[in-house]
Amino acid sequence: MKMLINVPETVVADALRGMAAAHPELAVDVENRVIVRRDAPVAGKVGLVSGGGSGHEPLHGGFVGPGMLSAACPGEVFTSPVPDQMVRAAAAVDSGAGVLFVVKNYTGDVLNFDMAAELAEDEGVQVAKVLVNDDVAVTDSLYTAGRRGTGATLFVEKIAGAAAEEGQPLERVEAVARQVNENSRSFGVALSAVTTPAKGSPTFDLPSGELELGIGIHGEPGRERRPMMTSGEIAEAAVDAILQDLTPRNPVLVLVNGMGATPLLELYGFNAEVQRVLGERGVPVARVLVGNYVTSLDMAGASVTLCQIDEELLRLWDAPVNTPGLRWGV
Amino acid sequence: MLDAEFFRRWMTVTAASVDREAERLTALDSPIGDADHGTNLQRGFTAVRAALEKEPPATPGAVLTLSGRLLISSVGGASGPLYGTLLRRTGKALGAATEVSREQLAEALRTGVDAVRQLGGAAPGDKTMIDALVPAADALGDSFAAARAAAEEGAVATTPLRARKGRASYLGERSIGHQDPGATSSALLIAGLADASGPTGAAEAADE
Repeated sequence: MKMLINVPETVVADALRGMAAAHPELAVDVENRVIVRRDAPVAGKVGLVSGGGSGHEPLHGGFVGPGMLSAACPGEVFTSPVPDQMVRAAAAVDSGAGVLFVVKNYTGDVLNFDMAAELAEDEGVQVAKVLVNDDVAVTDSLYTAGRRGTGATLFVEKIAGAAAEEGQPLERVEAVARQVNENSRSFGVALSAVTTPAKGSPTFDLPSGELELGIGIHGEPGRERRPMMTSGEIAEAAVDAILQDLTPRNPVLVLVNGMGATPLLELYGFNAEVQRVLGERGVPVARVLVGNYVTSLDMAGASVTLCQIDEELLRLWDAPVNTPGLRWGV
Repeated sequence: MLDAEFFRRWMTVTAASVDREAERLTALDSPIGDADHGTNLQRGFTAVRAALEKEPPATPGAVLTLSGRLLISSVGGASGPLYGTLLRRTGKALGAATEVSREQLAEALRTGVDAVRQLGGAAPGDKTMIDALVPAADALGDSFAAARAAAEEGAVATTPLRARKGRASYLGERSIGHQDPGATSSALLIAGLADASGPTGAAEAADE
């Protein structure tokens, strides 16, 4: 497998060096692996810190900036960052108003952020945590680690980020983040497996005539393998899986997210089908975002995330944001 | 009796076997995880080995707590906190003694394994590292060799299980038929313990 890298060991550090060069508005600490908005800590503002394995770009580092995250901690590829990174990030962005950790529900992320929260509180930083777990493909959460955090992470980071930017207190920013998560659901499909730099070959074998339904974002196989479907059939499977779990009475935000290797031509076509299905199911749509936002290295495929919103959440969604990966209103 | 040098050898021997087996661990992690278990543990134990060479702690407990802290700071994922907690809590349970018996280590290891169970919320049969560690801690009361065999058996016995914790749990039924990578690396850790006692079981002989 050909990759545009030097050696697998330096993939994350090399990307951070390149990110630093491309985005002087961010302070990128390559050695300690923390990306911080350069004007942090902002007086009176709650700090928003997220992080997770690398390989999901622009998540999370690409969402650091005014209106969204204060700092991000990238781990190794598909591996949670370590507590040291999160403690450093929390200290860098805390203005005394406290810090919210946005954590995706994976055992590694949860354990490392839990340890970091304890350590940061020892250092006098007030920390709150919100767990993102939007993936409806995981059904029997009673006997597993629970639903995965996937596309809704973007909604949580954007909307809670806007609340923090307005100067809302920590309890309020945390409550907004929880509200977004509780009203969000995702479903993903894979048309190909991923190749991690360390392994150098696809993590599982997916024949050309088949697809995986109900995947996460770490190159793991899904719940079910089926013969290849059309874009319209996939849209129906994804939207119906979500609507089995969420019955929106209010309008929804829609994220049609590429996994990394699916071109925008296909994603826009897929979005057309998602919009058709939502129309047929009577779900009103407030805003639509299409693109590669929560990716899985070189995986081909897409996910759909819906978030039921009220007027306040929509206002926060529309608020200005200025980051490498998401920018509007500025 | 087991001294700090024995514990340092345990960590060094384990680091060497993790180096040797990294590719196999990653291969086991491919069909049911995200193909990085070997790489991640290798990074952690390399850091442990380097630190123990530079400044060897004076007591068995200190060797393990330092190693645990380094794993938490360098591994990431779930393995970092879980392995880090295992070694830290085992080390803490050993206290400040300069020498400990195998029975004392067995007792301390049980404390460490309990801490891992609590942190990860996993029970025996969930297809995790617990399936190798629980029988190993129980068998360590008998001998190092018995602990090694029990851990290896426990790891192999995860193959037909359905994963209930960690990333493999997302695969549901499809996790069946694959040996758990965490149980496999735990068996390496316990094998390292047996190897540290010497090819002739020197430490064990001295103990009995």
